[in-house]
Amino acid sequence: MAKPKIATTSLAGCFGCHMSILDIDERILELVDIVDFDKSPINDIKEFTGECLVGLVEGGCANEENVRVLQDFRKHCKILISLGDCAINGGLPAMRNTIPLKECLDEAYLNGPSVYNPSGRIPNDSEIPLLLNKVYPCHEVVKIDYHLPGCPPSADTIWQALTALLTDKPMELPYELIKYD
Amino acid sequence: MSENTITFEIDGVEVQGAPGQTIMQAADAAGIYIPRLCAFEGLPPHGSCRICTVKVNGRFQSSCTQPVAEGIIVENDTEEILEFRRNLVDMLFVEGNHFCMFCEKSGNCELQALAYRLGITAPKYPFMFPANRTVDASHKDIFIDHNRCILCARCIRASRDLDGKNVFQFVGRGPEKHIAVNARARLVDTEVDVTDKAVEVCPVGAILRKHVGYAIPVGKRKYDHAPIGSDIEAQKH
Repeated sequence: MAKPKIATTSLAGCFGCHMSILDIDERILELVDIVDFDKSPINDIKEFTGECLVGLVEGGCANEENVRVLQDFRKHCKILISLGDCAINGGLPAMRNTIPLKECLDEAYLNGPSVYNPSGRIPNDSEIPLLLNKVYPCHEVVKIDYHLPGCPPSADTIWQALTALLTDKPMELPYELIKYD
Repeated sequence: MSENTITFEIDGVEVQGAPGQTIMQAADAAGIYIPRLCAFEGLPPHGSCRICTVKVNGRFQSSCTQPVAEGIIVENDTEEILEFRRNLVDMLFVEGNHFCMFCEKSGNCELQALAYRLGITAPKYPFMFPANRTVDASHKDIFIDHNRCILCARCIRASRDLDGKNVFQFVGRGPEKHIAVNARARLVDTEVDVTDKAVEVCPVGAILRKHVGYAIPVGKRKYDHAPIGSDIEAQKH
C-alpha cells in the first residue's frame, strides 16, 4: 500500500512554523518512513501530484494568491490543518487589519521615513498578487479541520498531531501543547 | 456542625459555606475551581464577564455574585457549562485585538490561560479586528492598550476601593464601551502610580508596567505548565 501523503505551504507566514516542523529532529526519519511529502517548500514540489491525507497550512490569507493556494489545498487534502497563529488569527500580518489598506500602502511606498521612491508609484504589476482588504484567518476562507496554535507551534505539538492523524487516533493535545506564543 | 454552616452540593460533592459567602468563595475554600475573569479576591464582585456562570438548581447564575444557600445543587464542571465558557472566551478573543505572540503578558495572562484550560485551539467566531482601540503610553511607568482590554472592571474597582484614587471608569455603550481615565484624556494626567493595585490586577495585557518587557523566560511563566486554577484545586482536602 502506498504511503499517505502530506503537503505543506506557507501563505502570509514567516516560515517559522516550517522551521518548527524541521524541529522534530531525528523523528523526521520516522516520519519519512510512514509518509511521502507532496507539494511543499521542503522538497520544492510546486504543484499537487495527487490526493493528500494531511495538509499543513502556515500563515493567513493576505493576498489573492494565498486564497488560491489555500483553496487548492482544501481540494487536495483530506484533512486540512491551520498551523500556527497566523493561519488561525492572521498573526502579525493582521496588525494591518485595523488600518485601511490605502494608508498601509502609502506608508510603505510613499510616506514612510526611510522610503526612497522618486516615481511616487505604488507597485501594481499584474505579476504581483493583489492584496486583500485585510488579512483573513484560514478558517474564514475554507473549512479547516484542526488548528495547531503557537508562534510557532512546538515540534512536539506538530508531532503529536501528525502521529495521531496518521495512526487514525483522536487528536488530543495535552495542556502544555496548546500555546499561543 | 454549627448552625452557621450552609451545606450544599457542587457537581455531586458536598461543600460547606458560611452565611454571606458567594458560591465562588465557598468553592475556593473547598478547593473547587470555578473559572473567572472579572472576579478578583479582595475586590467587590462585578458579575460582568459571566465566565463563572454555574447552574444553581437548574438555573444559570454567576457564582461570584450568588450567595450560598442551604441544599442548593450547583453544576460547575459539566460539558454544557464548559461549552458556554468556551463561547465566552472565544467572543473575548475575536472582539478585541489579542496578539498573544508579542504580548508581554503572554504566559501570565488569565484570558489566555483560561483558553488553554478550556482546550481552545481557535475561536469559532469571525475576528472583528476593531479599529477604534488606542494605546495610551503618556505615563512614564505605565501604559494602557485598549486593544487587549476585556472590560472586566478590575482596574476600576481596585483604583477606587484599594488605591483610593478612582483613576479608571467606563465610558460609552455597547461596542464603544471602554475604560477611560479620570475624566481627563491621558494616564499621565492622573494620580495613577506604578505601585497601584489597579495596575497589578489587570488579568490581560491591557494595563502594563513599562521597562519590564519579557522578564520571565518561556517555560517559567505562571501558566506555562500549571493550568489556571490549579492553585485553588491544590487546596482540596
